[in-house]
Amino acid sequence: MFKYVAMRVLSTIPVMAVVALFVFVLLRLAPGDPAAVIAGDYATAEDVERIRQQLGLADSVFVQFLRWLGGLMQGDLGTSIFSNRPVTELIGQRLEPTLLLALTTIVFSVAVAVPLGTLAAYRAGSAVDRVVMLFSVGGFSVPVFVLGYILIYTMSMSLKILPVQGYKSPFEDGIGPFLMHITLPTVTLSVIFIALISRMTRASVLEVLEEDYIRTARAKGQSEFRILLRHALRNAAVPIVTVIGIGIALLIGGVVVTESVYNIPGLGRLVLDAVLARDYPIIQGLMLFFSFIYIIINLIIDLSYTFFDPRIRY
Amino acid sequence: MTGVLEIEGLTVSLPAASDREFAIKDVTFNVEESEIVCIVGESGSGKSVTAFSVMGLLDRRSLVPVAGAIRLQDRDLLKLGDRELRRLRGERMSMIFQEPMTALNPVMRVGEQIAEMHEIHSGMSKPRRNERVLRALEDVRLPEPDRIFSSYPHQLSGGQRQRIMIAMALLLEPVLLIADEPTTALDVTTQAKILSLIKDLQSSRGMGVMFITHDFGVVAEIANRVVVMQNGLVVEQGPVEEVLQSPKHPYTRLLIDAVPSIEPPDKPAPSGKVALETERLNKVYSSAGWVGRSSTVKAAQDVSLTLRRGETLGIVGESGSGKSTVARCIMRLIDPTSGAVLIDGVDIADMRQNRLRHLRHQIQIVFQDPYRSLNPRRSVGKSIVEGPMNFGVPEDEAWRRAKDLIEVVGLSADSLDRYPHQFSGGQRQRICIARALVMEPIILIADEAVSALDVSVQSQVLDLLDSIRRNFQLAVLFITHDLRVAAQICDRIIVMQNGRVVETGSTSALFSDPKAPYTRELLAAAPGRAWQAGSRAEN
Repeated sequence: MFKYVAMRVLSTIPVMAVVALFVFVLLRLAPGDPAAVIAGDYATAEDVERIRQQLGLADSVFVQFLRWLGGLMQGDLGTSIFSNRPVTELIGQRLEPTLLLALTTIVFSVAVAVPLGTLAAYRAGSAVDRVVMLFSVGGFSVPVFVLGYILIYTMSMSLKILPVQGYKSPFEDGIGPFLMHITLPTVTLSVIFIALISRMTRASVLEVLEEDYIRTARAKGQSEFRILLRHALRNAAVPIVTVIGIGIALLIGGVVVTESVYNIPGLGRLVLDAVLARDYPIIQGLMLFFSFIYIIINLIIDLSYTFFDPRIRY
Repeated sequence: MTGVLEIEGLTVSLPAASDREFAIKDVTFNVEESEIVCIVGESGSGKSVTAFSVMGLLDRRSLVPVAGAIRLQDRDLLKLGDRELRRLRGERMSMIFQEPMTALNPVMRVGEQIAEMHEIHSGMSKPRRNERVLRALEDVRLPEPDRIFSSYPHQLSGGQRQRIMIAMALLLEPVLLIADEPTTALDVTTQAKILSLIKDLQSSRGMGVMFITHDFGVVAEIANRVVVMQNGLVVEQGPVEEVLQSPKHPYTRLLIDAVPSIEPPDKPAPSGKVALETERLNKVYSSAGWVGRSSTVKAAQDVSLTLRRGETLGIVGESGSGKSTVARCIMRLIDPTSGAVLIDGVDIADMRQNRLRHLRHQIQIVFQDPYRSLNPRRSVGKSIVEGPMNFGVPEDEAWRRAKDLIEVVGLSADSLDRYPHQFSGGQRQRICIARALVMEPIILIADEAVSALDVSVQSQVLDLLDSIRRNFQLAVLFITHDLRVAAQICDRIIVMQNGRVVETGSTSALFSDPKAPYTRELLAAAPGRAWQAGSRAEN
């Protein structure tokens, strides 16, 4: 077990290296020039060239890559071209809203989707099942920004129950305002995950309910509710947990859109702004950061299998 | 004697589209205290539906009891609500199932699964609960109860798991135990032990047992009374001696006659040309750890055998004996670790795949499970002609062969256009045999080919295999765990245990004078020996 974890953690290093290379090369291949953006619309060609020299963008791509890699080795993600502040600091400042939004989304999605999917499986073929599955298909199909604006229109502008936009920190502004502001983004972002997770839960539980040991539990006189809870769900857990892991990867994309719709100063907004400005170091740093998070979450998911199923050993 | 269970006129309907109206019709019988009643019948006879009706575990979407009464100690179970029925399940009546491998929850410690009985029904405190469970584990004669208590099902053998199921079922001392083919999936030696355990516990506790089986050998070992079912009807019932000695209904007679005798018939010594030989065949499975540390399993060790054309050689052994491993090595479905496999004198043990491919038609196999070894989306004819066409036989020639062979195996030519799900298990096994024969092999491997079939069907398929062997001068390698079947069809037998050959000999010599202790143990464990020996003496 320990050996397995150590191997997995070590193997993140080559993966991260490949990611770093890809991100770097892709960005240089993309059109756009940060120097031109900084210099503004009325700058001369000489101005742009001078800025490029200052930023080190005039060197060959290879030299730039080595310089960046050298920094990475020392934990330095580089400095923003525009704000001239370290990328690590920028990420640190924006981390809280994004992490909390991701957390509330996952918790809310799982809390809604797992019972829904289980219910649908238990009542397979019934009206309940059909409604859940209809919602699931719908949830997949509605784009995040459409759903976001519909929710803002109904909940905030018409009914005036929740604030339209913005973010309040639970640490500085208190838990109440935080919940008021995070509810709509969470619901918006959750819909697709609820669709995904409830579908997988239904399929997985449905399969488990056909198993012999469910029949054994019935023969013992166990109640249907406890059969679902104790015997079915834990056996159905591995595929469900896997899909939650995949969901977290999707979340990264969803966060960018949701943060824009709700004007939340998180990492998603940072990505968007950096891309628009061609702020290479920030984009590179964020991509690396997201990949790292993704790898770690996958590791945690893999390890969690051993908790759900004693037959799985590493 | 007082009645524990009375079933009276029980009728369970089937959904409208089925091939018959009722799953069971007008079923009436009793189970008394301290009595084992065996319900005997083949698949589709309705014996399991009867058992599940008693437990209230029928799938109510398709099976509905429409008439009759099921009285457990004078309470009509069909009139009880879900809650009341649930209280009786586990406490007054409990059930053990055929598949001990899947009947236990794989992610829960077995001790907790047994203790769950108390949790549901008695509200006993946890320490006392666990103490009871440990005692129950001793009662079913499991070694080291403490270790077993905290084991997961996958860490236990099939026999141990069935003991766990029994411990669980009997924990609350029910008045009725329903056992649905509880030993069918077990090895014979394990079966003998589980049967005697059930019998002992039944007599010491005085409960009634409803024991479902298809095997008259088992009936002879364990039953007080017998109920014979066919197509959802009870065709005969009575005390065990009466039913076994003088069966009245023709179906009962058919079932009893279909039980293969454990006495081998006389057979001439085979003299055909050697078709298959293995020399010191070994198969070692090793799983390498991440760094160093690996574990190895010797699945087959130094297996040497010879098989002549026109001969049936049996490989007999229990699960884990390595008999299927040997078959798979001979087929080169897996690669042997060392040793030689000579087919018609050519060593294929480590021949490269592209050369081996040309020889593959010489050796064909029929598998155990006829429900899963045919592609459900292909017509039978297409499945049969696929093989020869792969070897360049023109399409019309392949179909001509398929038509001939489907009749050889006893099916009509129009079967070729139908799909596997339209056939019964026995018919599918015939199709599999036709599919093997169409390749014109010299060696046919039957890997537990009749084990999944009902006894009456089993004997027909065995007859078919035997006539094919004669007519095509085939060398047949017959792999089985069933000594009765082996006695009837094999000319010679190899007995395997833990990957090794423990005894080889002609069938008659092996059965009349077994040398290896393990062979003797196997023979002693075959259920119903005394009964068959007795009935033969009378005739």
